[in-house]
Amino acid sequence: MDLNTLTIDAVRDAVQERRTTATALAEAFYSKIEKDDPQIGAYLTLSKERALEQAARMDSLAAKGEKLPPLGGVPVGIKDVMVTRGVRTTAGSKILANYVPPYDCTAVARMEAAGAVVLGKLNCDEFAMGSSTENSAWHPVHNPRDLSRVPGGSSGGSAAAVAADMAVATLGSDTGGSIRQPASFCGVVGLMPTYGRVSRYGLIAFASSLDHIGPLTKTVKDAAIVLQIIAGRDPMDSTSAEVPVPDYIAELEKPVAGLKLGVAKEYFGEGLDSEIRQSVEAAIQKLAKLGCEIVPVSLPHTEYAIPTYYIVATAEASSNLARFDGVRYGHRASDARTLSEMYRRTRDQGFGAEVKRRIMLGTYALSAGYYDAYYLKAQKVRTLLVRDFEEAFKKVDAIVTPTSPTAAFKLGEKTSDPLAMYLADIFTVTADLVGIPGISIPCGETKEKLPIGLQILGKHFDESTILRVAHAYEKAA
Amino acid sequence: MKVTEKDVAYVADLANLELTEKERSSMLRDLNSILDYIDRLNQLDTTDVSPMAQVSDQYGVDESKTGSARFLYSIREDILEGLRKSLPHDVALQNAPDSDGTFFKVPKVIER
Repeated sequence: MDLNTLTIDAVRDAVQERRTTATALAEAFYSKIEKDDPQIGAYLTLSKERALEQAARMDSLAAKGEKLPPLGGVPVGIKDVMVTRGVRTTAGSKILANYVPPYDCTAVARMEAAGAVVLGKLNCDEFAMGSSTENSAWHPVHNPRDLSRVPGGSSGGSAAAVAADMAVATLGSDTGGSIRQPASFCGVVGLMPTYGRVSRYGLIAFASSLDHIGPLTKTVKDAAIVLQIIAGRDPMDSTSAEVPVPDYIAELEKPVAGLKLGVAKEYFGEGLDSEIRQSVEAAIQKLAKLGCEIVPVSLPHTEYAIPTYYIVATAEASSNLARFDGVRYGHRASDARTLSEMYRRTRDQGFGAEVKRRIMLGTYALSAGYYDAYYLKAQKVRTLLVRDFEEAFKKVDAIVTPTSPTAAFKLGEKTSDPLAMYLADIFTVTADLVGIPGISIPCGETKEKLPIGLQILGKHFDESTILRVAHAYEKAA
Repeated sequence: MKVTEKDVAYVADLANLELTEKERSSMLRDLNSILDYIDRLNQLDTTDVSPMAQVSDQYGVDESKTGSARFLYSIREDILEGLRKSLPHDVALQNAPDSDGTFFKVPKVIER
């Protein structure tokens, strides 16, 4: 089978109809990974035993003529911030170099219960902190479209694996753009669901009020299929919402004519690369041709999203990462004489530079005397950002923007300037702060053949509409 | 400069990080550059704006209730085993850097 054209339905049907087996397919993907991944670096750990057991289960179901579940036999990869029982999970950090979790992340368990074959764990920025996957403690990921460039981040391995046909679909996590921005850099589809739509049980926490799990896939329909599996209330995560899950796949084919799409001038200002602007404007014209009404909207507080994000996210991270203390799991410094020395040395040896920087910034923002000036201020501006979208969504059904101001940049280009790296998330962070869903889909290429992403933002719990618009665009393009 | 060398040492102490001399100087530079950028939040008057800690307070809750009652869906009865059985002792300790088979072991807690 030609791996590069495989979608979820194509795989499941082929296994169901015995045109191939899940086992043969898993082995074909492992051969592909063995051949191509040394140049790309998407995978950190392969889970062959677990994958082949699951594939055999799917093959025996198919042999008995039983109906396969929706992801039956589909080879997938999982970002290494989601814990997997018996399979090493590092979060891209040295501090978890040898951590073998005793339980499964709910999203992963749901994927497997739906028949998915988990090939392995995917590289990412350490604790999902970064925009290029260069902060992985292990090795960077190279963009499959141009190996001299980054795949985006922090779910760079998840995007690259799909782009390089080393998985049919992957799971990533998005705290400030970490699913959508790498999807746009690698030319794949990336969906961040609404906050609370997907359980985070078993997701190694970065910033709890901002963390989301979502799929990266080759097609919009595949993103809808995966979302259908992982969405919904989970008693193990009290932040997962009690909101009914619609039939995303049925909703996909509804017409888009008559939908109102907002275009905010704040997303087309200074700093937007001219080639990206042209492609995104052309995509908006195409959506207009499909019968969508294009409506100008204003999101006046957009420029405050990055500073707000870097206070809220780092404050929460400084608290969440306090658990890595060398006592119960992970690395422990061997030369410490006292407990407090052990904590300090363990964390100094185990964390990389960006993680330390964010822990320091977050701790500073929460410390006595600075709490009101930074943390409280950022929480108030977050309210203003939410109001921006509430106003806009009174007028429109969804909002279309570029996913990123530039296409994939070169490895090493931004590593010496943390602030320049932070600005790579300028069009994606707001949706995380506001808690609304967003999808990035390919909408053309630059002259250098680098993918460009179109972002569609929707109302809370209205993934159906953004998937529908994305699907209509994908079909028309 | 907002952050001084003394602040860096103090915050590192709060965060249980033992930074090297080199890390301290780059931290000083980076934190000041990032905080300068963050300062633009002060252009906004937020006097009458209420802070938002999490968005789930706004959506997916029981709108007819107030306070924590809005989140009743996430509350459950206490049950002896919880939603999932506790990990067996040996499994809970399997990732421990040091243990005696019953407890996690750590270096001396009391310093003198």
